[in-house]
Amino acid sequence: MNIACRATELTKEYVLKGETVRALRGVSFDVPEGDYVAIMGPSGSGKSTLLNLLGCLDRPTLGNLFLGDKDVAKMNDDQLSNIRATRIGFVFQSYNLIQQLTVVENIEVPLYYQGRASSASRKRCKYLAEMVGLGDRLGHRPTQLSGGQQQRVAIARSLVNDPYFILADEPTGNLDSNTTLEILNLFAELNKNGKTIILVTHEDEVARHTKRIVRLRDGLIQSDTRN
Amino acid sequence: MVVFFRTWALGIKSLMLHPLRSGLTVLGILIGVAAVIWLLAFGEGISREAQKQIEGLGAENILVRSVKPPSEATANQRGAIPYGLTREEFDTLVQTIPTIKSAIPIREMRRQIRYQGRLIDGRLVGCTPEYAEVTRLEIDRGMFLTDDHQRHKQSVCVLAANVAERLFPYEDPIGRRVYLADHTDYYVVVGVLRPKNATAAIGGSLDAQDFSNDMYIPISTCRQRIGDIVVNRGSGTFSGEILQLNQITFRVNGIDNVMRTADLIKETLKSHDRKQDVAVIVPQELLEQAKTTRLMFMVLMGFIAGISLLVGGIGIMNIMLATVTERTREIGIRRALGARRTDIVRQFLIETVSLSVVGGATGIGIGLLCPYMVGWVRDFAFRNWAEVMNSLPAVVKSVEPHIVPLSIPLAFSVSVVVGVLFGIYPAIRAAQMDPIEALRHE
Ligand SMILES: Nc1ncnc2c1ncn2[C@@H]1O[C@H](COP(=O)(O)OP(=O)(O)OP(=O)(O)O)[C@@H](O)[C@H]1O
Ligand SMILES: [Mg+2]
Repeated sequence: MNIACRATELTKEYVLKGETVRALRGVSFDVPEGDYVAIMGPSGSGKSTLLNLLGCLDRPTLGNLFLGDKDVAKMNDDQLSNIRATRIGFVFQSYNLIQQLTVVENIEVPLYYQGRASSASRKRCKYLAEMVGLGDRLGHRPTQLSGGQQQRVAIARSLVNDPYFILADEPTGNLDSNTTLEILNLFAELNKNGKTIILVTHEDEVARHTKRIVRLRDGLIQSDTRN
Repeated sequence: MVVFFRTWALGIKSLMLHPLRSGLTVLGILIGVAAVIWLLAFGEGISREAQKQIEGLGAENILVRSVKPPSEATANQRGAIPYGLTREEFDTLVQTIPTIKSAIPIREMRRQIRYQGRLIDGRLVGCTPEYAEVTRLEIDRGMFLTDDHQRHKQSVCVLAANVAERLFPYEDPIGRRVYLADHTDYYVVVGVLRPKNATAAIGGSLDAQDFSNDMYIPISTCRQRIGDIVVNRGSGTFSGEILQLNQITFRVNGIDNVMRTADLIKETLKSHDRKQDVAVIVPQELLEQAKTTRLMFMVLMGFIAGISLLVGGIGIMNIMLATVTERTREIGIRRALGARRTDIVRQFLIETVSLSVVGGATGIGIGLLCPYMVGWVRDFAFRNWAEVMNSLPAVVKSVEPHIVPLSIPLAFSVSVVVGVLFGIYPAIRAAQMDPIEALRHE
């Protein structure tokens, strides 16, 4: 089975006023393609830090991180940007849509940074919007949508560049239980179709829907279990 | 190409989120660009005016004028003392300087001119027939003074348009007799001139001249009838002056000889140096000076306009810094979705350049309206505040702004440069943000 990403001895340290904060202290794990992972752990345990590293938003202080066959740990800013544009889908707790753009335009943004925005890509964006159930809202702006709908747009956006995996940092943190279920069903369906998904959550209820749970504590993996 | 177009469309969208703010920023650039065009247009208008005036004096001419010495210099002397150019000097100059083609002696004095019951304050000018050509006077009716009039010291005169109109509202002045206020001698009107615009003062030595109240008589007649002694009656006092000629206008044979001839004239009139009662005016020299002045003027105007553009640029920078802070979250999102630093820089630069280009284009539009708007405003002001307007200096009343063609591409490119220059710092600041920090920004 192919590996979507492999982390070896990932370490992340922040230096704050001369003091070193060790957010990750040597984290190693593989995520095979098609996996569906929940990262759990108490506040401050390093979940977001890990997710940011996986998402190439940041570089590890030490360790290696392979996405496909590339080690991204040593890449420069432009190379990381390129990886993000082509290989990673992000879903955030607060949706993070761009306010001045419509639903379709929001979905299109990542393509645009690969220089691939065209009329064909428009079609794909519309298709994705339909897939997440927003076919009739193409021209709406984020402020005209509910939280659940906005998160659907964000999920459609994370799919547009056909990424290695989708990274979601507490994607249901702002949603009520019904909407949470809808979003989780959407994720489950995507996963069934082969998408690799890594999500961070506090809730066992959410983690139950995944295939695998990785628990962090003080920057180290405490447990790694399959459901 | 598509990407560029999208970025641009997006920039416009983002700007339209704050129409008032964007509008005010555009206004800043607009005023700057319009100011560049306007100020240069005014500069050009004024210098053209000056140039025209000087050229009106004739590039081949040299003017020598008598200047009344300051009253302190003569205060301890009783009665009138003679000053200024003499007929003897006139003859010497004409006879000794071969490059002089012709010379016109001129005598001017303030006099009241009377016809029957009507009386006006005028300027009596004794001159020779060539005066009309050199001063560019145009005949409306009759003729100008002739050599015959001059030779026979005839009692004839030519009236300026305004004088003729006021003394003869209902009649044809030709052939009538007009009188000088306290004389019994009359002068027969032989010609009436077309109206002529006043000339502005040039430099320090040549006063503004108003030709509208002139009455011209042969200088030979003037000498015989009036003489050199002129008594001005004031209230209870009187002052006199003894003066043979107010001015001699020389015409030189060929433009190349002007400076040399001027030097010879100055040399000949050296005896006046101490009293400083004679001034030599060389229009060609003034022309050269005017060119330098023009350049300095343009630089000054450009400098002022540059400052207003700078202010506009600072406005842009201010707005863009606010925008960048406000859109930190958006920047974070875009970075997370794959935007490189250069993409972010480009996005914000496109916005600032759009602002400055729109400002520049409208500024040019308004700049081009300058000549018309000046016309309207002046007309309006004259209609409503005639007194105030009339008390303003002649330049203000008459200047015609003249658009300098180069100022349009100049203003436009400067506005683009201002957009880039003042937009680059906020854009770079946006791009340097840490994407994670930016995403966390509220
Ligand atoms: N930019 C930073 N500078 C300094 N320290 C940081 C920075 N980001 C995170 N940390 C520290 O790293 C540790 C892990 O933070 P992280 O955000 O990964 O926790 P988390 O598991 O996501 O917590 P939560 O569940 O509250 O979101 C914390 O102690 C935090 O204070
Ligand atoms: Mg977190």
